[in-house]
Amino acid sequence: MTLLTSVFAAVICTAIWYKNAPKNDMMIGTLCWMYWGASLMWFVDAIFEYAELGAGYFTPEPADMLNDLFLGLSVVALGMVIWVVVLLVKDPKGVVRKAIFRNKTA
Amino acid sequence: MACFLVPTAEAIVTTIASKVVEKKEDSHEVAKDHSEKAETAHAHVPFSRKLGWLNKMLWGGSALLAFEHVWHGEVVPYFPFLTAASDPADAAEMLHEMSTVGVTMALLVTTVWFGIVAVTGMIEKRFANESSAEEDTEV
Repeated sequence: MTLLTSVFAAVICTAIWYKNAPKNDMMIGTLCWMYWGASLMWFVDAIFEYAELGAGYFTPEPADMLNDLFLGLSVVALGMVIWVVVLLVKDPKGVVRKAIFRNKTA
Repeated sequence: MACFLVPTAEAIVTTIASKVVEKKEDSHEVAKDHSEKAETAHAHVPFSRKLGWLNKMLWGGSALLAFEHVWHGEVVPYFPFLTAASDPADAAEMLHEMSTVGVTMALLVTTVWFGIVAVTGMIEKRFANESSAEEDTEV
């Protein structure tokens, strides 16, 4: 479920990035790379788990599924928080700089 | 248990490598003639930028995976930080997981990155060929 959530996040972000390309003011590309990296890593995790559990991997307990979904959504949220921090620090549109400058002059 | 540490270690190495490559590229570009640089700027993606893609995948993936380990109580905010490290049997299992799952994770991300770099190279070549063909027809 965590893998599925991160793959969905990666695909949606990639679609948004493609729609706005070549403009990258919002640094959506960073979010894409992050979610794809995580998806690949969880994919490996899933393969090893499948090797261990066999077909049982595809029939998880409802409680485990819910916990994994909750984890997946939390992971997506954390990824977005990291992205917002990177966006504000790098400030490609100069919005933060302008806001600070305006506050200083006011 | 601590599989994310392997991609994290790789991320540290590739980040240092990309900084070194970036510095080299900067010094090389300064030495280059500006007109030549402008001509090739659109057809060439600097290698440091390509390494940046790998960095983002490795750092991003490792950070999100580390969060998963915190979620499952495998990483704690106090010494020894990894719950498996306090017990020798668990530590052995952790090292085994790092050498199998962790290494595979790092290898898969790197392999995918190599694929992306290869495709980018093909696009660069095609772009360069199209540009030179257009120049020939203009002349």
